[in-house]
Amino acid sequence: MRHALVEINGEPTAVTMDGERLRRVDGETLAAAPARWLPPVSGVVFGIALNDRALLESHLESFKQPPYEKPPTRPVLFIKTPNTRNGHLGSVARPAVERLQPGPSLGVVIGKTASRVNEEDALAHVAGYTVVNEFSLPEDSYYRPAVKAKCRDGFCPIGPWVTDAADVGDPAGLGVRLTVNGELRQEGNTGNFVRPVARLIAELSEFMTLHEGDVLIAGVPAGRVDVQPGDEVAVEIDKVGTLVSLVTEEDTTREGDRS
Amino acid sequence: MKHARIQHRGQVLDVTVNDDGDILMADGTPLDAGEVTWLPPATGTMFALGLNYADHAAELSFKSAPKEPLVFVKAPNAYTGHDGYSWRPDNVDYMHYECELVAVIGKAARNVRRADALEYVAGYTLCNDYAIRDYLENYYRPNLRVKNRDSTTPVGPWIIDRSQVPEPNNLTLRTYINGELKQEGTTADMIFDVPFLIEYLSGFMTLRPGDMIATGTPKGMADVQPGDVVDVEIEGIGRLRNTMLSESEFFKNAKEQSS
Repeated sequence: MRHALVEINGEPTAVTMDGERLRRVDGETLAAAPARWLPPVSGVVFGIALNDRALLESHLESFKQPPYEKPPTRPVLFIKTPNTRNGHLGSVARPAVERLQPGPSLGVVIGKTASRVNEEDALAHVAGYTVVNEFSLPEDSYYRPAVKAKCRDGFCPIGPWVTDAADVGDPAGLGVRLTVNGELRQEGNTGNFVRPVARLIAELSEFMTLHEGDVLIAGVPAGRVDVQPGDEVAVEIDKVGTLVSLVTEEDTTREGDRS
Repeated sequence: MKHARIQHRGQVLDVTVNDDGDILMADGTPLDAGEVTWLPPATGTMFALGLNYADHAAELSFKSAPKEPLVFVKAPNAYTGHDGYSWRPDNVDYMHYECELVAVIGKAARNVRRADALEYVAGYTLCNDYAIRDYLENYYRPNLRVKNRDSTTPVGPWIIDRSQVPEPNNLTLRTYINGELKQEGTTADMIFDVPFLIEYLSGFMTLRPGDMIATGTPKGMADVQPGDVVDVEIEGIGRLRNTMLSESEFFKNAKEQSS
């Protein structure tokens, strides 16, 4: 089953997908596409950087040099703040004089409180999977937290829906594809993670309690590309779904200068 | 006015605290302090500053002072209230407190000028931004395993209105372990002050009501051990108490509370 959150008559409404139609919790079906897709999750979004083997390997030589000194020994984590949330078919603004890069990733949606769970039990804490596009400015360094690169408004489209874990099965081996205006530009597979989903949950929950609705951005493959205003960007993940975003120019008006 | 969030007989309440320390419900009814559990007074994102004090100015030549703030992000799992418990993991060498002034955002802020920035501050609170040096890695440093651990950022006890803090850049900070003064500094030595940080952060993202900016700590770190009572205090803001537990005590209590 696929669970989405859409805005109907201005109200956030939980629906399930019935083919191309939407079914409300009360059973009523709704015809066409909704006016607006909202992120189907509301918890904290934790990102795992460098979790794609090819991506990590491409940096290993430099990670032996200063300022890193040695490769990371634990998951390299970041937080996508709540202002970054964005829904399916939402627009993502490229900041003036900056480069903008999408980050296709499997999103792991936590289903029940996970504190200090071991790897064997970890997947029992997953409600389902969604698609995340972890937009970022290019990162020329991993030394300091990437707040300026990653925490901009709208930089974390999630959706269109959460697909039940049972319908996905093993979260390893899912193809992840990024297209820009219909053209394939970046590709990966969740089987190429440095740490598979179960191990991520075990390692994170050792020191942070994961709550229902929290999301892990499990890993963006190597080879991020630049996108431009006007581009339509889609992330497709096998068995999970396709999340579309539209790139626009940033409005740089100052607070108080708006009429 | 001082505004706090507390739990009382199973209910979460917004309360005020008067100059005598009485805890008052919205209708003025006082509550028995013995029945109150203090909660973090705000629950938005915390933007925390590293290396933001120049009280060791003699060691820092002007040209080597940071040009850009070092900002990292915390999520609500890290927060705990006044008179709460934090925990020291087994087998670590160095865990220290950090007494910090925290500005709490009162209204959405985007592209705000420094001169207007304080209008976006609802008030101030304080936090103790504990860190475990053993877990530092040179990736997104300070990394989440150091800074976003469950219940390891006490915040509170309350938010004091901005109007009652006319000189936020001239306040004495102090930390005590078991009543003994361990750290003393002044917010006058802050490198990037609250208006600067609001202009900086809102220049690339929207700050939201309830978001917090923890402004860093002066020199004077010391190790904390299970059993220690750690008070951080800022003149005119408040005094925030926290008791350190061992890892096993903390998780035993957490388990009992959830069962």
